[in-house]
Amino acid sequence: MSIDTSTAARVAKLARIKVEDDALPALAAEFNNILGFIEQLNEVDVDGVEPMTSVTPQRLKRRVDVVSDGSQQQAVLKNSPDAREGFFAVPKVME
Amino acid sequence: MTDLNTLGLAEARDALRAGSTTSKELTAACLKAIEGAGALNAFVHHTPEIAMEQAAAADALIAEGDAPAMCGLPIGIKDLFCTKGVPSQAGSRILEGFLPEYESTVSGNLLGSGAVMLGKLNMDEFAMGSSNETSVYGNAINPWKVDERQLTPGGSSGGSAAAVAADLCLAATGTDTGGSIRQPAAFTGTVGIKPTYGRCSRWGVVAFASSLDQAGPMTKSVRDAAIMLETMCGYDPKDSTSADLAVPNFEALMTGDIRGKKIGLPKEYRMDGMHAEIDKLWADGADMLRDAGAEIVNISLPHTKYALPAYYVIAPAEASSNLARYDGVRYGHRATLDAGDGITEMYEKTRAEGFGPEVQRRVMIGTYVLSAGFYDAYYNRARRVRTLIKKDFEDVFAAGVDAILTPATPSSAFGLGEMTDVDPVQMYLNDVFTVTVNMAGLPGISVPVGLDSKGLPMGLQLIGRPWEEGDLLSSAYALEKAAGFVAKPTKWW
Repeated sequence: MSIDTSTAARVAKLARIKVEDDALPALAAEFNNILGFIEQLNEVDVDGVEPMTSVTPQRLKRRVDVVSDGSQQQAVLKNSPDAREGFFAVPKVME
Repeated sequence: MTDLNTLGLAEARDALRAGSTTSKELTAACLKAIEGAGALNAFVHHTPEIAMEQAAAADALIAEGDAPAMCGLPIGIKDLFCTKGVPSQAGSRILEGFLPEYESTVSGNLLGSGAVMLGKLNMDEFAMGSSNETSVYGNAINPWKVDERQLTPGGSSGGSAAAVAADLCLAATGTDTGGSIRQPAAFTGTVGIKPTYGRCSRWGVVAFASSLDQAGPMTKSVRDAAIMLETMCGYDPKDSTSADLAVPNFEALMTGDIRGKKIGLPKEYRMDGMHAEIDKLWADGADMLRDAGAEIVNISLPHTKYALPAYYVIAPAEASSNLARYDGVRYGHRATLDAGDGITEMYEKTRAEGFGPEVQRRVMIGTYVLSAGFYDAYYNRARRVRTLIKKDFEDVFAAGVDAILTPATPSSAFGLGEMTDVDPVQMYLNDVFTVTVNMAGLPGISVPVGLDSKGLPMGLQLIGRPWEEGDLLSSAYALEKAAGFVAKPTKWW
């Protein structure tokens, strides 16, 4: 499988990382190199093998469905680059 | 008298209990050593005031008697751990200015038992790297030096390894997703253990690949590793994969008596192009364990070859999900926007400025392998291969093998900048012996065993059964005693 610059651009977009057009060919080449390494996995017979979901056999613990934390608005907003009036502020999302 | 900063945890603990030194003296000695070691770039955020306060509190507690083992012992904390009110950047620009409002469970366990925090330690950005060269703080430098070159301390816990090896602290925390504790330990002549997945809570540790990440101690001896690991471990309801198991007294289990134990040597770890000195070290290590009474057996872990490629699907996939949270909204860096930029431009510019090249590469690889049409071909296939890798280990343990001995790294420490021009896959090969252990969730420890012809330390890795860190530490202690590794780097910094 070979990745071209338009695929590289699509992946960058999906990952929400700005990549300038002139950097796309190098990025596509890097992807191809790494994916070439990963291709080895096709040699392995995985028929009937379950994909691993948890490395240690365990059931996730359950807890009582009650509020156990909260009322920490200030702490939550403390590190925001732009917090106003008790909210996170972002550029306009809708026209 | 020995400089106090050169002590290990066990010696310092015993000295504190005997009243022959104080935490304040130990801490002051470490702070002085740190001050004189700027050239190593190991400590990147210094917390001397916090340290001296904690030391005073520890001394008071020790005076009352019955203080916990780690009480009063000065340590360094990897920058990946969130520490309340102290910068915690994961070596990344995108977390510039982030001051956590909370303490990670592991650092909280240590500080709660009276340990003293000297500061935060350099690391590869988001723990992605094997040479500490992807850090926003610049390279950490290996205190070991044999010619004009500056060497890597390894990665991603490079600052932790350099600081312990250079006696800037008594011990340090590390984290290990593919080898990030064990490889730097091997490169610096120190001990590093990655416990079984689930032993240490991941809560408050900046996430890289959640199904692989584990915290662990980096220390000057196996005994120190046992002491510190016990304090770091424990069930934590805030981490859903944390194991609800009692934490044994690892130090007490560490007898070093390995008579009758079966130690396996996996044939697949004898790789093409492996350095002859590493090969010899491995054979010597096997002889040492045999002389100590263990039975050495040849074993096979047939899917070893596929661990690294499977890792480079699974780890980036998980990273792309975990790192989606860095969006310039809740914490850290936000790019300056141009007029008319909307929220998508904010995300894209923030992440392009905030993430370094290796992190961007892995996030995008992860995005690709998880994208529609490739999820089965890459991600699900890699997870199936992971099942097979784990089964390889289960089979040899079921056949009666107690521990597995392997090299820790394919070479000794290399020069900083030497890998810059090779492709990323060459750098990834550094983790070829360690990554299998994360894929299978097992405990693994790196023990310094000898020096190569250049005079640089080399380590061997022991891999244990799940949840049997005590037994693993015992085998490691036997290897440590037999190897008698005492070399220290000559101070040049």
